[in-house]
Amino acid sequence: MILAFIEGERNPISPLCLQALTFARELAAGQGMPLEAVAFEREAGDLPGVLQRHGVSRIHRVEHPRLDDYAPEAWAKALAQLMDRARPQFVLAAATDRGNEILARVAAVKNLPMAANCIGWAPGSPPVVVRQRWGGSLLEEAALHAVPPLLTVAPHAVEVREIETQMEASLETFSPVLEEKDFRVRVVAREETHPEGVSLRTASVVVGGGRGVGSADGFRVLEELASLLGAAVGGSRVATNNGWRTHAQQIGLTGNRIAPDLYIACGISGAIQHYVGCKGSKNILVINQDREAPFFRRATHGVVGDLHEVLPALIEEIRRIKT
Amino acid sequence: MNVLVCVKRVPDPGARIELAAGDQAIETRKLGFTIGPHEECAVEEAVRLIEKLGGSATVLTLGPADAEEQLRDSMAVGADRGILLETEGDDWDPAQTAAAIVAAIRAAERQGSRFDLFLFGNESADAGGFQVGIRVAQALDLPCITGVKRLEAQANKVLARREIATGWEVYEVGLPALLTVREGLNSPRHPSFRSLMAARKKPIERSRPERDPVGLELLRLRLPPDRGTSAEMLGEGKAAVPRVIEVLKELGVLQA
Ligand SMILES: Cc1cc2nc3c(=O)[nH]c(=O)nc-3n(C[C@H](O)[C@H](O)[C@H](O)COP(=O)(O)OP(=O)(O)OC[C@H]3O[C@@H](n4cnc5c(N)ncnc54)[C@H](O)[C@@H]3O)c2cc1C
Ligand SMILES: Nc1ncnc2c1ncn2[C@@H]1O[C@H](COP(=O)(O)O)[C@@H](O)[C@H]1O
Repeated sequence: MILAFIEGERNPISPLCLQALTFARELAAGQGMPLEAVAFEREAGDLPGVLQRHGVSRIHRVEHPRLDDYAPEAWAKALAQLMDRARPQFVLAAATDRGNEILARVAAVKNLPMAANCIGWAPGSPPVVVRQRWGGSLLEEAALHAVPPLLTVAPHAVEVREIETQMEASLETFSPVLEEKDFRVRVVAREETHPEGVSLRTASVVVGGGRGVGSADGFRVLEELASLLGAAVGGSRVATNNGWRTHAQQIGLTGNRIAPDLYIACGISGAIQHYVGCKGSKNILVINQDREAPFFRRATHGVVGDLHEVLPALIEEIRRIKT
Repeated sequence: MNVLVCVKRVPDPGARIELAAGDQAIETRKLGFTIGPHEECAVEEAVRLIEKLGGSATVLTLGPADAEEQLRDSMAVGADRGILLETEGDDWDPAQTAAAIVAAIRAAERQGSRFDLFLFGNESADAGGFQVGIRVAQALDLPCITGVKRLEAQANKVLARREIATGWEVYEVGLPALLTVREGLNSPRHPSFRSLMAARKKPIERSRPERDPVGLELLRLRLPPDRGTSAEMLGEGKAAVPRVIEVLKELGVLQA
């Protein structure tokens, strides 16, 4: 049996979680094993309906009076207890903050290896996973010397697919044995934020700046272009490290992952740690004065030139067209 | 407050990763080395805490002898001492790394050190295992909050916030505790010439760690297929503007 960890949160079930389910189902089919799921959240909408369409034959719903909000130690302990009883041959989760945290904790509790951000898998004893390093700029093939292997599935490793012939999923309640101490780490409050302006993660156009912008003041032309195009503004780590932009606006491995229709990258060289943050963009227009800048090799469109010359001229032309 | 920070020496690969012969590691002959941004923030936070609350900051790394460079870098921004768990420079899996760190912490405590706070990166820059901190916390029975991006610490407890899509989750735990942190927690300072010199005199303890059997065994590394595009060049300088406008229209970004 293959066990998949389900996250609900607000949205009934996240796309990343559905991707992990698709990955798990293909793994299960290859092994001739049934697919089961474990869920902690109560308000998860029509969970059985969704899971059935993804080939889940049994749902373990974890119930405990103290399990109201996220408590990683308690969740991991509950999952470890369920594993003792249900004896899965694989355990998977989406490589989200929670998925990674819970599986790492289970791994620590049960002294098992855990592989984060997997994109592929090959049977064998031991089984071999393909996992991402450097945000996906490098792949690692690794053997998992343990039963059951624990792995999290990298975002976009597979496309979500439902099954054609639906089956009935049985619903079972699992009541873990938990102590007060298991709740020493838990969410004690939540704070909502209402981001201003166009959000980087969902914007369809993003204007980004790097060292070539030169100063915080230098970003004004980028902001002007962005407001004309309804775009969000972001930056490289050099721009955020220099305080020209806030870290919330950083694009890259340790910043935001963006996937707009168009990313206009100005004065950015194209280091891999930056590129992994924007490689989901449909089009990348690079403006750089160095024709040898590596970013040109991964761009769809390029302009060689000083951004402080190109952008003002571009802004003027857009204004002329708009009036 | 005594803080222990764990950092990892990693290459800074620039725009293209190349593999060394044997496909077990990145070709690093032409590269510089660093620690990941999350860990830079962990070091900075430790230094701010001891500046505010007193105490000392220790920085620990498991890696080759050359990882002394990363300990010195961390001491140059204010850590007081270093612990180097010296390896041959080959890949240690996360459980092996965590076990060696746990043994080193226990040894330091036997010699009279007491740590109130343990800081890790949320994930290492190169391997991205997302687990060493959690494993150390489990072994030492410490409460552990991951992905921390805002921190308020007092002498006996911490309030930590973790960012989610809709805002923040707030956690509170008593000390001692272990936190894994993310870039954005603070803006790390740059070392001054004087602090760089001072760091050269700070103490480093070296030892050779025991190695557990491997659980997640690196077989080989490979590069993903590169979507190497050949960019359509739109021109040079201002002269490119008409073509840029056409492209913006084609992509529907600018209404014709
Ligand atoms: C573990 C790790 C994680 C990292 N995470 C991130 C991350 O999340 N995001 C990120 O961005 N970086 C990250 N980095 C840093 C990354 O490696 C690069 O150092 C960084 O992306 C470089 O930023 P840059 O392109 O702005 O600067 P540079 O590399 O210095 O490039 C500046 C470019 O601007 C051009 N230029 C200069 N003046 C002009 C002008 N007037 N007009 C036009 N072009 C001009 C230059 O030709 C050059 O190509 C990380 C590094 C590490 C080690
Ligand atoms: N070799 C190492 N030496 C010291 N600390 C490490 C080492 N490897 C990982 N860590 C710490 O554990 C965190 C998570 O690593 P990982 O589980 O590999 O993603 C890193 O950000 C570091 O703080």
